[in-house]
Amino acid sequence: MFEKIWEDHVVCQPAGEPALLYVDLHLVHEVTSPQAFEGLRLASRRVRRPDLTFATVDHNVPTVAAERKVIRDPIAAQQVEALRRNCRDFGVPLFDIDSAEQGIVHVIGPELGLTQPGTIMVCGDSHTSTHGAFGALAFGIGTSEVEHVLATQCLRQQCPKTLQILVRGVLPNGVTAKDLALGIIGRIGTDGATGHVVEYAGEAVRALSMEGRMTLCNMSIEAGARAGMVAPDETTLAYLRGRRFSPQGSAWEEAAAYWESLPTDPDAQFDRRVEIDAATLAPAVTWGTSPGMVIPVTERVPDPQRFTSEAERNAALRALQYMGLRSGTPVQEIAVNRVFIGSCTNARLEDLRAAARVAKGHKVSPKVMAMVVPGSQAVKRAAEQEKLDQIFRAAGFEWREAGCSMCLGMNPDTLQPLERCASTSNRNFEGRQGARGRTHLVSPAMAAAAAIAGHFVDIRNWEYRD
Amino acid sequence: MQAFRIHTGKAAPLDRANVDTDQIIPKQFLKRIERSGYGQFLFYDWRYSADGKPEPFFVLNQPRYAGASILITGRNFGCGSSREHAPWALLDYGFRAIIAPSFADIFSTNCTKNGVLPVVLPENDVAELLRRAESTDNYLLAVDLEKKQVSDEAGFLAHFDMDDFKRKFLLEGLDDIGLTLQHQKSITAYEQRRRAFLTPPAV
Ligand code: SF4
Repeated sequence: MFEKIWEDHVVCQPAGEPALLYVDLHLVHEVTSPQAFEGLRLASRRVRRPDLTFATVDHNVPTVAAERKVIRDPIAAQQVEALRRNCRDFGVPLFDIDSAEQGIVHVIGPELGLTQPGTIMVCGDSHTSTHGAFGALAFGIGTSEVEHVLATQCLRQQCPKTLQILVRGVLPNGVTAKDLALGIIGRIGTDGATGHVVEYAGEAVRALSMEGRMTLCNMSIEAGARAGMVAPDETTLAYLRGRRFSPQGSAWEEAAAYWESLPTDPDAQFDRRVEIDAATLAPAVTWGTSPGMVIPVTERVPDPQRFTSEAERNAALRALQYMGLRSGTPVQEIAVNRVFIGSCTNARLEDLRAAARVAKGHKVSPKVMAMVVPGSQAVKRAAEQEKLDQIFRAAGFEWREAGCSMCLGMNPDTLQPLERCASTSNRNFEGRQGARGRTHLVSPAMAAAAAIAGHFVDIRNWEYRD
Repeated sequence: MQAFRIHTGKAAPLDRANVDTDQIIPKQFLKRIERSGYGQFLFYDWRYSADGKPEPFFVLNQPRYAGASILITGRNFGCGSSREHAPWALLDYGFRAIIAPSFADIFSTNCTKNGVLPVVLPENDVAELLRRAESTDNYLLAVDLEKKQVSDEAGFLAHFDMDDFKRKFLLEGLDDIGLTLQHQKSITAYEQRRRAFLTPPAV
């Protein structure tokens, strides 16, 4: 599949240079684009294909409705204003803060039907890998490359290697796509897929919904991958049919026929293969400051001396110190004071449903401040239609407007120093959610359960009240 | 872009693996709309304590490493977020080359677009360089992209690999977009044969 898409997009292959690839869709947000537009201005260049470029604001927008009209942080406001001006000047469509389509760039692309199989997509954001769930080849790029794509609609790329991750069997009860993603990273390491495009395959991957596949592909970058992909199938087509920017009528027939031709031939060669037995996976919790520092919820915080290399031992010692944890502590005894359900990893409708089902009829622990931030305004509306917001509110969760929010805390939603958070996001790096804050990555159901219990619990033993 | 041919400068050791771009430049400094001025925020949460005072033990705060222009560090340097602010901050601080056993892909590309050279050396060579930078005052390294080698005055010499195109790009300080625009004709031809359903209806 990867080779088919690659070859289909080669514009030219100059001797001694990497291939020049055509970009079908370029998504833009406020943080990584201002310098790129400025570069265009300085060189008197235009955006080659504004019709293949879409922008939104997500990273630093406030998620409290009353604060969205006038952004109080003057530098964030300037960045949002700069994107508005750039979109106006260069003719790029913008889903602004007050638009019904606004949301995290990786949530709105798929839900608008902009993300399509067989395409090459880019965005100045590492989690662009999310869109690979549809069988698109989706690369995160830096700002210089954003400028390059704006000006030329092309990307110069060295051909990456391929890695197939084959997940055999069925995910056990209570084990989600998030736990699978974390389990894979725990096994192959945060640089385990560097230089590779990952194709996820196998029965357990086929059984995932589009939302689950997006969660899985989203975290490919946390294993170092250039991109992650799942071959399109019936699930993919059913998701795309009738979306706003999906092909319609005879164009749909043509597109569907093409998409169905994409899946990898059974005898395709990969540079590497990894096999995972789904039955060995359990609900996962990270204990350290890298997504690879992850264990099942039933285990204890590891002993750094157990690691084989000196570098790993030092990293584990540092991580435990930063996280304020002692080795040997059972994960289920770790108390949290913040819970964040959101981000491009886990803030789609299915994620909110899973969390709401856990929350229903329960109360958030008095020691915990918990918030739910839908991935997009469309997700928010859909959730409200199902009255999920009422379940969350009744349980004591805050219900917010769409944005990246506390995934990286560029807006007012941040952890205070030493606060400990169960988070459905993707990075537990030092200070990611706020300077000196402590992040544990988990699935939406596990996060909701931690909010109620005040500490991590094994979701497989949860008392559902529905 | 600034070209990179040969650079000699003081080397600073940062003996950590998996240094992510959130550490290189924390998010609170990403809201600016310029490319310059990020050096003061480089490794901010490691350089300064919660009350804004310099952390005396952090390598870049030690007087002996003042003015360092080459950073020696652990594997998977630059992982995480794609923010190009990371190489902008390193460059603005004064770093021209980073030496590590491996780099994250996007970070490495971002470096080469800004005239910062990512040098990959085997783990044991990097360990040796870390040791020398820690134990020698004013430890100088020469990084030569023409010969693809790193050397010091005490006999250390190691060769590194770099893809020919990236090397040429850095040696000549090429304009990436200008280079691609030479292929205008091919781009237009591709656009003409592209499937119609791939262009979304106008908003
Ligand atoms: S939700 Fe988090 S990871 Fe996703 S795009 Fe926003 S900041 Fe990046």
